[in-house]
Amino acid sequence: MTAFYLAGALFLLANVVVALARVLRGPTAADRMLSGALMGTTAVAVLLLLYGATGIEALIDVALIFAILAAMAVVTFVRRTWPEDADEDRPREEP
Amino acid sequence: MHPVEMLFDALLLLSMVVLAWQGVHARNLFRAVVSFMMFGLLTAVAWVRLEAPDIALAEAALGAGLTGALLLATLGRLDQGGRATRLRTTFMRFSLPWMALGLAGTTLLLAVTLALPAPGLDEAVLRAMPAAGVDSPVTAVLLNFRAWDTLLEIAVMLLAVVALWSLGQDVLASTPRLPAPALPALVRLLFPLFLLSTFYLLWRGGHGPGGAFPAGALLAAGLVLALLAGARVPERMTGAPLRCALAAGLLAFLMVAVGVMADRGVFFAYPPQHAPILIAMVEIAAGLSIGVMLTALFLGGEPTDVEGGPS
Amino acid sequence: MSALAGVVLIVMGLLFFLSGTVGLLRFPDVFTRLHAISKADTLALGLVCAGLALHADYGALQLKLLLIWLLVIVSGATCSSLIARAALAHGIRPWQR
Repeated sequence: MTAFYLAGALFLLANVVVALARVLRGPTAADRMLSGALMGTTAVAVLLLLYGATGIEALIDVALIFAILAAMAVVTFVRRTWPEDADEDRPREEP
Repeated sequence: MHPVEMLFDALLLLSMVVLAWQGVHARNLFRAVVSFMMFGLLTAVAWVRLEAPDIALAEAALGAGLTGALLLATLGRLDQGGRATRLRTTFMRFSLPWMALGLAGTTLLLAVTLALPAPGLDEAVLRAMPAAGVDSPVTAVLLNFRAWDTLLEIAVMLLAVVALWSLGQDVLASTPRLPAPALPALVRLLFPLFLLSTFYLLWRGGHGPGGAFPAGALLAAGLVLALLAGARVPERMTGAPLRCALAAGLLAFLMVAVGVMADRGVFFAYPPQHAPILIAMVEIAAGLSIGVMLTALFLGGEPTDVEGGPS
Repeated sequence: MSALAGVVLIVMGLLFFLSGTVGLLRFPDVFTRLHAISKADTLALGLVCAGLALHADYGALQLKLLLIWLLVIVSGATCSSLIARAALAHGIRPWQR
C-alpha cells in the first residue's frame, strides 16, 4: 500500500512539473497564475498521499493549511498586481 | 529506501532547483514571483520528506500565504520598465565566477554537514524534556531551552515594522474598486476558519507540530485577505491599541523572562511547576502579535484614515 | 473491499489531475484553461480525499479530509471567477473557433 501512495505522489509531482511549461510560456499573467493554482491543489493531494504512505498525522494539518490559503495568491494577484481599473496603457506584461 | 521514494526525491530536488533558478533569473518579474511561490510550496513538501512536519507547517503557512501576497503586492506597486532586463545583463556578465563560488560554497557546506555528529542535539533535548513543561520537543526548544533566540526573533520583527512604518504610507490608500461581490463573500466564509485554525495551531503547539509562528502566519493571512476584500482597519484601533498589539508578544516574553527571575534569579529559568502555563501565555501572546506584525508588514506603512471606505 | 474502492477512487483522481494538466497546456486561451484547472482539479482532489477517507480508520480524520475538499471547492470557484473578470477587464478576448 505504501508503494501505491508513493507512486501516486510521484505521478502528481511529474504532472505538475509538466504543467510548469505554462509558467514559462504565459502568454498573459493570468495564465502563469493558473499554473500556480494548479500547483496549490496538487501540493494538497501530494501531502495527502504522503500521509497515506507515512502515517504522520501532521501532514493532514499541512494540507489543511494549504487548502485554507488556496485563495490567497489569486486574491492578491487580482487586487494588487493586476487590478481591473489599472491604467491600461501602462504595460503590465511582457516587454 | 524504496526506489519510488528515491525517484520522488530526485524529481522534487530537480524541480526545486529549476524553480529557484527561474525565481532569480526569469526575464519577466511576474514569472519570477510565481516561480518563487511554487518553490515555497515544494519546500514545504521537501520538509515533509525530511520528516520535519513542524517546519513544513511553518513553511506552508508562510510560503503559501503571506510571502506570495507580499511579493505580488510589491509587484503591483513597481513601475515595470526595463530595469529587470538591465539587472539581468549585468548579472550575467559576472555569472561564471559566481557559479564557481556557489559550487565551492555548496561543497564546503556538504563537507561540514557530513562531518557533523549524526544525531545532533536530539539526545540532549530528549533528556531535558521532563523539565520542559510541554510535550513537543520543538516547542520546548523554541520557548524554553532557546527562548532567548525566539525573543530576539520577535524583537527583530518588531524593528522591521518600525522601520517600514517610518518609510511611507500604507498600501490601502490606493486600493482599486472591488472586482466582484464573490470576494467579500469568500472572505466572510473563510475568516472564521482562519481564526479557528490559528487557535488550533496555538493549542496544538504544546504537544505536536504547531505553535506561535505558523499560527501567527495564518492569522496574518486571514487579516490580509480581509483587507484585500475591502475591510478597513477600524479607526479606533489605529493608534495606541494597534501599537499595543504589535508590541504585545515582545512585552509578554520580556515580562515572563524577567518575572521568573524572582524564583531563582536567572533570566528565563522557568520554575518547572509553572512552566506549562507560562509557556502557553508566551505562545498565545507571541502568536497573536506575530499575526499583527506580519499584517503590518503587508500594509507597508502606518494605517492612515481612509476616506470613508466600507468597514 | 473498501480498501480496493479507495484505490480505485485515488487512481481516478490521479487521472483527473492528468486531464487538468493536459487542458492547461493544450487549451487555446485563459478562459478555457480556467475550466481545466477549476473543474478537473477540484474533482480530482475530491476523489483523492474520498479514497483516503475510505482508508482512514477514525472520524476526525475524515472530517478534516472533507473540510480540505470544501475549502478547495470554495476557493477554486471564487478564484476562477476573479481571474476571468480580471482577464476580461484587461481586454483579453475569449477564444472563438
